Amino acid sequence: MNDSVPVLEVAGLSVELPSGADRKFAIEAMSFQVRPREIVCLVGESGSGKSVAAFTVMGLLPKALRPVAGRIALAGEDLLSAPPERLRDLRGSRMGMIFQEPMTALNPVMTCGAQIDEVLAVHTSLDPAARRARILDIMNQVRLPEPERLIDAYPHQLSGGQRQRIMIAMALVLEPALLIADEPTTALDVTTQAQILELIKDLQRDHATGVLFITHDFGVVAEIAHRVAVMQWGKLVEFGTTEDVLKRPRHPYTKMLISSVPGIVPRHRPRPETARPTVLKTEALGKTYADAAWFRKSRTVKAAESVSIEVRRGETLGIVGESGSGKSTVARCVARLIEPSAGRIWLAGDDIAGLSAGRLRPHRRKIQIVFQDPYRSLNPRRTVGESIVEGPMNYGLGRAEALARARSLMETVRLDPGSLDRYPHQFSGGQRQRICIARALAMEPELLIADEAVSALDVSVQAQVLELLDDIRQKLDLAMLFITHDLRVAAQVCDYVAVMSQGQVVEYGTAPQVFGAPRHDYTKALFAAAPGRNWEFGKFAAG
Amino acid sequence: MLAFVVRRLLATVPVLAMVAVFVFLMLRLTPGDPAAVIAGDNAMPDQVEAIRQKLGLDEPIVTQFFIWIGKALQGDFGESFFFKKTVAELIAQRIEPTVALAIVTLLLSVAIAVPLGVIAAYRQDSWVDRTVMAFSVMGFSVPVFVIGYLLIYVFAIQLGVLPVQGYRPIGQGLWPFFERLILPSFTLSVVFVALIARITRASMLEVMNEDYIRTARAKGLPERTVLLRHGLRNAAVPIVTVIGIGLAVLIGGVVVTESVYGIPGLGRLTIDAVLGRDYPTIQAVILLFSFAYVLINLAIDLIYVLLDPRIRY
Repeated sequence: MNDSVPVLEVAGLSVELPSGADRKFAIEAMSFQVRPREIVCLVGESGSGKSVAAFTVMGLLPKALRPVAGRIALAGEDLLSAPPERLRDLRGSRMGMIFQEPMTALNPVMTCGAQIDEVLAVHTSLDPAARRARILDIMNQVRLPEPERLIDAYPHQLSGGQRQRIMIAMALVLEPALLIADEPTTALDVTTQAQILELIKDLQRDHATGVLFITHDFGVVAEIAHRVAVMQWGKLVEFGTTEDVLKRPRHPYTKMLISSVPGIVPRHRPRPETARPTVLKTEALGKTYADAAWFRKSRTVKAAESVSIEVRRGETLGIVGESGSGKSTVARCVARLIEPSAGRIWLAGDDIAGLSAGRLRPHRRKIQIVFQDPYRSLNPRRTVGESIVEGPMNYGLGRAEALARARSLMETVRLDPGSLDRYPHQFSGGQRQRICIARALAMEPELLIADEAVSALDVSVQAQVLELLDDIRQKLDLAMLFITHDLRVAAQVCDYVAVMSQGQVVEYGTAPQVFGAPRHDYTKALFAAAPGRNWEFGKFAAG
Repeated sequence: MLAFVVRRLLATVPVLAMVAVFVFLMLRLTPGDPAAVIAGDNAMPDQVEAIRQKLGLDEPIVTQFFIWIGKALQGDFGESFFFKKTVAELIAQRIEPTVALAIVTLLLSVAIAVPLGVIAAYRQDSWVDRTVMAFSVMGFSVPVFVIGYLLIYVFAIQLGVLPVQGYRPIGQGLWPFFERLILPSFTLSVVFVALIARITRASMLEVMNEDYIRTARAKGLPERTVLLRHGLRNAAVPIVTVIGIGLAVLIGGVVVTESVYGIPGLGRLTIDAVLGRDYPTIQAVILLFSFAYVLINLAIDLIYVLLDPRIRY
């Protein structure tokens, strides 16, 4: 392949949004190139237009959006003026794409083999036997175990990582010149993410593929990119080598983004001199799920097993783990949203593990949770004021006092107290999460549980919400249980860290101990997989 | 899987038992005396009494029930009061027209409705979509007998291309058989086309927004393949559910249609039996209908397995 011709050249590309949108262009006057054997990361926060750019290249834009200016060339061939049939020929053969959600991106009713086979059947004239050989070969290349068996498996029988490998196999089976990867590892666990990133790097090198890799995660950028393009509000604000952009960012927005990336080294936190009173303590807490069956043996799943943790006033305990580790189960047992099946839960000296609903009621107020998805955890048909005052009024506070408390809490979470009569959809994601925090605080809890409370937020918003949470903990002297899959986030806010794997706490200690000298193999593996772990993201003054 | 089928078939026993008790009691509790109907308007009371004794209607209701159920369990549904034949013979005679009508209607409905629904979804908000949906609303609103008589008037009386009514068994030649089924099937299918097209459209619209449709397009598949192989197959479960419900409702609908088109099927038999207070026939026909409902539901559940590998029993 001629290395001087870029596999993808985008020049002056503008895509217009339908009238009535918050801005005129989804992307505006965008120019960049991807060279053969090169990985270009397109970075930006939600709404920056990075996915629109990818779909424009593939010719898969929704009808409401249309390119109005510029040029896109795939290995020299103009795409914007190409007829639809030609674009269809190129898709899957010369340019392939993989997506964020491996759970939903595969057709659930077709076998994995058949889905890869479609690409070959449409774009080549190979006979079925030759196609099958090609499929097995590419499945081997993406390091799927037992291709002979998985070729006939349905997507739901595979793990998330395996499904993403099937997607990659599908995109690369015809050795396209360009691979577009749209947040391909965002939905995966950190250890799986590390393997998939490694795989993409290896395949891209072996096949001389140019890769346009879309991500919001600077850790991933540090791990994989040769060059980085930063997008803000539809404009490409900075484009350069990874080294340059990450170490010497020039644009204020890039500086802000990189400064917002939480560091992986625990922040030094002052230790109280005297022992603080314990707010929450669990002893051998366990949760077992069993499905009753009439005609066969019932299956049991141990979601959590002998979990013993302790949180004192004014302290934050982080529970860190991958999906299915049991971290959310523990949070839900502690809040008694689900019934624990073993152990004790001491809340300020009372055992609440076995209390009946009626006896539990006075204790409910003391534990409040902030959930992951701020878009779904507020009732869309109630004003945020009503959502905030509902809890305290349930516990006997008068409406006037409750509203006064809501107003003061809006200030605490740095929102306009005058906006209490607005509805959730009138706020951004970060603002909604602040409202959720205010709602939780309105109950004057002793323990605040944050269940992946910042995971759905953009990195700059995430930094603000983390800071807010830490601020509130200090000011109100709260005990906080912080559930997260993100080691960087845990490093920033936790005094103590419990690492969970397969329902058990495998390592438990102060944040500096766990981060500085992990003892358990699983913890070590988790740290080794954290993207960008060898990269210290600098703090840059904006401007 | 086999265990599931066996379990489901066993579950039909209590259902049918309940239907049996219910039908039996309802018939005896409603006013009207079969003996009086058979004896005619001018019969003397002792004649009626004699008929009542002959039919066993003088026994206590509980005794009557156990005699009937005991024979039914051996496959003997007794003799019709009215037609002077065994009920089994009667049903055997009448089942072919009804089954033929139901199957032809079903095939016709699916053949028209599914493509219409798919096209409407693919061309959402275009004139095609609007026309299909307007037709669908109309199909729901116009009663079966109105459509029936309207079609007879146009095609049989004005144009004279199809027979007005009647039925020929399939044994007497394919065309005479079909010729007489076209109008009744079409009449019955109008409401199902409306229903199935609507569900197909809704289900397709939902599926076409799924991520794997985007994946299919990113693979460079032709739009037809995307639509049918990736779209329709995934949209099929709700469609099949509605077809199943439709088939069950269809069995009820044949009563009217068979009357309008003079088809000697189970629907007509039911009406005649009800008018004549012909207890054994009514009981047997309703039990047969319930058993058919249960079988249709089982068939739908089994089709789910074929359509979606994630469903396992």
